[in-house]
Amino acid sequence: MYAEHFSEPATSHVASAPIEHQFYPYASNGGTILAIAGADYALLAGDTRHITGYSINTRFRPSIHTLENLGGPERAIVVAANGFSADGDALVRRLAQRAEWYTYNHNKPLSVSACARLVQTMLYGKRTFPYYVHTIVAGLDESGRGEVYSFDPVGSYEREQCRAGGSAASLLMPFLDNQVNKKNQYDAATGLPQVATDLPLEETLKLVKDAFSSVTERHIHVGDYLEIKIVTKEGVKVEYFPLKRD
Amino acid sequence: MDHMPENWGRPRNDVYGEYQSAIHNAGQGPQSRTQTPSITGTSVIAMKFDNGVMLAADNLGSYGSLARFTDQERLIKVGNETVVGISGDASDQQYIELLLERLLIEDNYPQDGHHLRAPHIYEYLSRVMYNRRSKIDPLWNAILVAGKNDDGSPFLGYVDLLGVTYSSPSIATGYGAYLAIPLMRKIVSEEADAKNVSEEQARKVIDECMKVLFYRDARSLDKYTVATVTLDGEVKMDKNVRCQNMNWRFAEGIRGYGTQKQ
Amino acid sequence: MFRNSYDNDSITYSPTGRLFQVEYALEAIKQGSASVGLVSKTHAVLVALKRNAEELGSYQKKIIRIDNHLGIALAGLAPDARVLSNFMRQQAMSSKMIYNRPIPVSRVASEIGDKAQKNTQVYGKRPYGVGLLVAGYDETGPHLFEFLPSGTVLEYFGAAIGARSQSARTYLERSFESFADCSAEELVLHGLRALRDTLAQDKELTIQNTSIGVVGLDSPFKLYDNEEVGEWLEKLGDVGSSRGRRQAEEAAAEAAAASAAAEAADTDAPTTDAPAADDEAAADLPAEPIETDD
Repeated sequence: MYAEHFSEPATSHVASAPIEHQFYPYASNGGTILAIAGADYALLAGDTRHITGYSINTRFRPSIHTLENLGGPERAIVVAANGFSADGDALVRRLAQRAEWYTYNHNKPLSVSACARLVQTMLYGKRTFPYYVHTIVAGLDESGRGEVYSFDPVGSYEREQCRAGGSAASLLMPFLDNQVNKKNQYDAATGLPQVATDLPLEETLKLVKDAFSSVTERHIHVGDYLEIKIVTKEGVKVEYFPLKRD
Repeated sequence: MDHMPENWGRPRNDVYGEYQSAIHNAGQGPQSRTQTPSITGTSVIAMKFDNGVMLAADNLGSYGSLARFTDQERLIKVGNETVVGISGDASDQQYIELLLERLLIEDNYPQDGHHLRAPHIYEYLSRVMYNRRSKIDPLWNAILVAGKNDDGSPFLGYVDLLGVTYSSPSIATGYGAYLAIPLMRKIVSEEADAKNVSEEQARKVIDECMKVLFYRDARSLDKYTVATVTLDGEVKMDKNVRCQNMNWRFAEGIRGYGTQKQ
Repeated sequence: MFRNSYDNDSITYSPTGRLFQVEYALEAIKQGSASVGLVSKTHAVLVALKRNAEELGSYQKKIIRIDNHLGIALAGLAPDARVLSNFMRQQAMSSKMIYNRPIPVSRVASEIGDKAQKNTQVYGKRPYGVGLLVAGYDETGPHLFEFLPSGTVLEYFGAAIGARSQSARTYLERSFESFADCSAEELVLHGLRALRDTLAQDKELTIQNTSIGVVGLDSPFKLYDNEEVGEWLEKLGDVGSSRGRRQAEEAAAEAAAASAAAEAADTDAPTTDAPAADDEAAADLPAEPIETDD
């Protein structure tokens, strides 16, 4: 009698409505990073602001990490993983220890390209529960030339001249395309597109500081201090530069 | 005949609308360790001063909006010179206390003059919190660790249920991040500011913050503990502190709830 | 050759309460070239003599960096030392990962001690055939530990292991009281002087056969090999063993003493001379004196 009125199919064991998740294992902690490679240097910069939501957790949390390496200070590698800071920290710490084992086992410095491949395997190894970070690795190659590698959260990577990552990447990147890679710039005399050349360090530093000062104005996740790590044949030099705190 | 037992005895669809199978299937889905906190503690606040770190947390254990326990101690002394302040789920807090107790007992076995101090305990808790979040089985807490650095300077760090970590000269969890941080940053915004703040000044600000939190945080209590870690010695625990000089006169002017007739 | 029946495994006691396989493992240390360690109030130093198996081959690795604050020198089976050093590196990294603390030297030393002890109590295992000197600097200052395959781990002001190490120990015993206030440089030179006393008659310390490791207050573990050893050897000056000369000096001193107190001289004299005694010891594997009838 009543049964006839039941329209529910017997297969309805599978929940059709999604059940709400109480715990989301990710967060966004803001900040922005930027790397540029030159003829005899590589530089990795990032702001030191750390946020959740609209709150500034701390104004000073340096995020550019240095991997000491065999073969002298010029073989050091700088790394930053921006996004969910707990994942970023975990990735960098694991990478640092993997790099240390590499130097123990092979008795030679970890090259930047090998480091980049290692980062790929570590990121892809968590393909099903990714590290929620945009990763950049920078350093000098065997000939002393700057190298920059950038990664998506699951390990897809590419060597580039320059790359911005994090909250304000979309604001920085077109600026870098134009200023570093000379995109949409034409020679006034010939009308031909300008060719990208290596920028001298002094100019790059000015560019980076201007870029971060400007992006601080336009993006609330960016500010407080700018940390720049520069790898040259002398080793890693660190510079701090104040940004607006509002 | 409907052979599916779970369909028997249900309210009729034509009368009550289609049964939401998501509800009775919820328990049969993939195994879930997801949880929500039940008994909770609200904000923990802390700031550095010239000679150490001061932190405070009230003594309330809330069950939802019910003020369930009113003598919860949420500032835990770990070793001789470290204090851990825990907000969030009370049972997870007790589990963390258990972990820390075990950790210290293990660390004391060798009797070799090495002791775990604030940065070490902070690192350990950070690993625990991140590993649990990575198992999607978080400890539902936000934790502050206060003590001394290896070089003797004051240490203060934050870690939460996601494993997110940061350090700052003034930190607060929960509502404290909105209500107490602005007050504390007035005098200690940068690391260098802490050197110009005395213990008395810090205490004044901490008491003020706890009062503001009691005014505005509905899950708070006017009874709290203040812990002071000084660089030259022991940890002071000032318990059962009460908010002073409160003024609730404004409450008379509030309309729209309670017993007022108009 | 005589074989006793209580050395077929490493866990069975002889009726006199000895574990022969463990004692043989201790002998394996003496097959390796010498390593010397010593500490001051601020530094810990390791020096070691490297051997090359043949002219065409490279020299062995005697000092291994474990962490910024920690290193080891070995004598005996190098592959066993590699296993132990990898384990120590793991422990050191775990300590940094979990506690953000450089692993306390005493703890990592006792952990390898525990590991070695298992091999003397679990059937089917072989004791490590290597001795280690563990030198490091932590919150409680500089430390030097000697690790032995028996699982024994003891702290020392100065220690020496390996072939002819008795000569180095003799040097250390004579001079250790002055180590405490030594600078890092003086400490290294003391180490080298102890090490050169372990050399065979016709051998010298060279940049090829000498390794030096230094760690201390505000100075991370630094390993000196090859060319970098050169300046240390220059500071040392005399790179040959001083045993013969010292014997002569002592003989003279004793002759002087003898004239003052006639009987005293010949009871003291032999203690200096390690090489003969030590070489004998190396050949003299422990024999079981009593229980042959069982």
